[in-house]
Amino acid sequence: MKKRFVSIALMMAMSASMIACSSNADAPADTTAAGTEAAADTEGEAGEETGEKELITVGYAQVGAESDWRTANTESFKSTFTEENGYKLIFDDAQQKQENQIKAIRSFIQQDVDYIVVAPVVETGWETVLEEAKEAGIPVILSDRQMQVSDDSLYECWVGGNFIKEGETCGNWLADYLEAQGRGEEDINIVTIQGTIGASAQIGRTEGFGNILEQHSNWHMLDMQSGDFTQAKGQEVMESFLKSYDDIDVVVCENDNSAFGAIDAIKAAGKTCGPDGDIIVVGFDSVKAAFESMIAGDMNATFECNPLHGPRVAEIIQKLEAGEEVEKIQYVDESYFDTSMDLETILETRAY
Amino acid sequence: MKSGTLKNITSKRLFLPLFCLALVLLVNVITTPDFFAISVRDGVLYGYMIDIINRASELVILAIGMTLVVSASAGTDISVGAIMAVSAAVCCSVLTGGERAATELVAPLFAGFGAAILVGIIIGCFNGFLVARLNIQPMVATLIMFTAGRGIAQLITDGQITYVRVDSYKLLGSSFPGFPVPTPFIVAVFMVAITALILKRTALGMYIQSVGINRRASRLIGIKSVFIIFLTYAYCGLCSGMAGLIASSRIYSADANNIGLNMELDAILAVAIGGNSLGGGKFSLAGSVIGAYTIQALTTTLYAMHVSSDQVPVYKAVVVVIIVALQSPGFARWKKSLAKKKGSMQLEGKEAA
Repeated sequence: MKKRFVSIALMMAMSASMIACSSNADAPADTTAAGTEAAADTEGEAGEETGEKELITVGYAQVGAESDWRTANTESFKSTFTEENGYKLIFDDAQQKQENQIKAIRSFIQQDVDYIVVAPVVETGWETVLEEAKEAGIPVILSDRQMQVSDDSLYECWVGGNFIKEGETCGNWLADYLEAQGRGEEDINIVTIQGTIGASAQIGRTEGFGNILEQHSNWHMLDMQSGDFTQAKGQEVMESFLKSYDDIDVVVCENDNSAFGAIDAIKAAGKTCGPDGDIIVVGFDSVKAAFESMIAGDMNATFECNPLHGPRVAEIIQKLEAGEEVEKIQYVDESYFDTSMDLETILETRAY
Repeated sequence: MKSGTLKNITSKRLFLPLFCLALVLLVNVITTPDFFAISVRDGVLYGYMIDIINRASELVILAIGMTLVVSASAGTDISVGAIMAVSAAVCCSVLTGGERAATELVAPLFAGFGAAILVGIIIGCFNGFLVARLNIQPMVATLIMFTAGRGIAQLITDGQITYVRVDSYKLLGSSFPGFPVPTPFIVAVFMVAITALILKRTALGMYIQSVGINRRASRLIGIKSVFIIFLTYAYCGLCSGMAGLIASSRIYSADANNIGLNMELDAILAVAIGGNSLGGGKFSLAGSVIGAYTIQALTTTLYAMHVSSDQVPVYKAVVVVIIVALQSPGFARWKKSLAKKKGSMQLEGKEAA
């Protein structure tokens, strides 16, 4: 008994030390960031002395670098907020941790930046630090994900994608596509491979597509299962759908990766998909591999989730500089791509 | 006489795991009558049952390694899912020559496979060293790789999904042309057979059990306890590497974030559902394999029943609780006392007559 207690205590101590280790590991990254920031500050002052035009300093607290999408988002900010455009960008990678982001925001306040942009890791727990920013008189702009705060004057505005609209765009595209094929009045059987249940992209896209589904009495949603946004799960779920339902016309996959899995499952079952096949496959996000899949003739369309928030944020900052009011919620432009377009040219010019 | 044979069957060690698997499958007789139908489509066997034996393959292979680790060290290796991700990342990076996508192999297939298995074994040896030599608690020791593994995999693949779009690479995760049985199932059978052979033909199986029952006593009678424990972790690493390869071949890519995600928990559950004690010692490999198939049968059954995806975890939890409770010592005691009561009641009845 005693031995067991000792071992448990030991284990707790170990994990505690590991946590300590990991926070230590973060520390050097922070100091280097602070170092470059300090350097940036002195540069800025030097610029003022020589009488150059003053740069607008923007601090961006990014979530991390967990996906292609995120990397493209970071790139968009870095390429928009350049010195040529009259900005000084202080970038902070929070490695998916809220405490790192709060730390970053506090350091932005200390450095007295002009604007703070945050892509929050989670929705809650931001009141205190946002109040600090408000007291310091620094406007905060949210990017990508929203925050739940009791007083929404704590932030200036939010910029991001509209998942519900993405789902609606998908539904409208499908209606047009079926109409063009002369199947507008036919009974259409649809299955959905959902994202991770509870993710905002899953909720929004399901709702958006559902809104359009209601308008078409000849569309039948046979089944919805979660594919967890992964290719492997998408494949497994589609395998099961194909066994349960003989006549599937459309598969709506709530991200591109699960669509790739669904395509594999469809092919393995001896059916065909894509523009020339039995089953229409659509996905969301518009990642590179989705273009390759459409060029190969497997996928029909993909609906964009635009990561290029930088230009829109810059626009807002310019408005605020001019003393104008800005709208609280601002959506970025999102389009879609299907096999009727010149995909190879688009793929070459695409940033992500 | 008849009740005697029945008792004989029910008291067999594998009876309860098999009973639970049958129970899960039997639900389908009512809800999905064509669940057991198997046909041939495009030269490949096709049906829900085939899905189960195909999809459970990675879990079966993981469960083999996990069983040995649990038996020898009375602890679990929670890094198996992360090892899968690392081995998949290594394999795909070798095959693409470090590119993020390839339509032609840069290195021969066996080089990629070999490197992936080797990496699995190396990580397994690292875990084994920490547990056997340094005597660190297994869960703490493997927690290191659990946390670091996916990071390593991300580093290898630059944090992006690495695609190997080559048909020969997909064979391991699908099936050979002209051969109707899915390859993952064959690999799983092969791994189980090899492991069973090694354990039965050599004294290794007995050594592992005796080390698990009493490490010190085993050492005193001349078994190298430290080496045996080290070996089980290395073997678990090998199994994880193998499972990672299959998972990667299925999606012809290395997805460092998602390959093998939460698989360690399923592997531990498979061992437990198989009627093995997580306290180490005696083990049944067949039990763990049945456990792994039970878990996949449950998942596939829930798909076939069209349970909505937000309710799936609830159903799973309920079934797992029932299965584990059925096999618990507490339930066995209760059953025994019930049987005794019944026996004494019968006796009383006779006396009264």
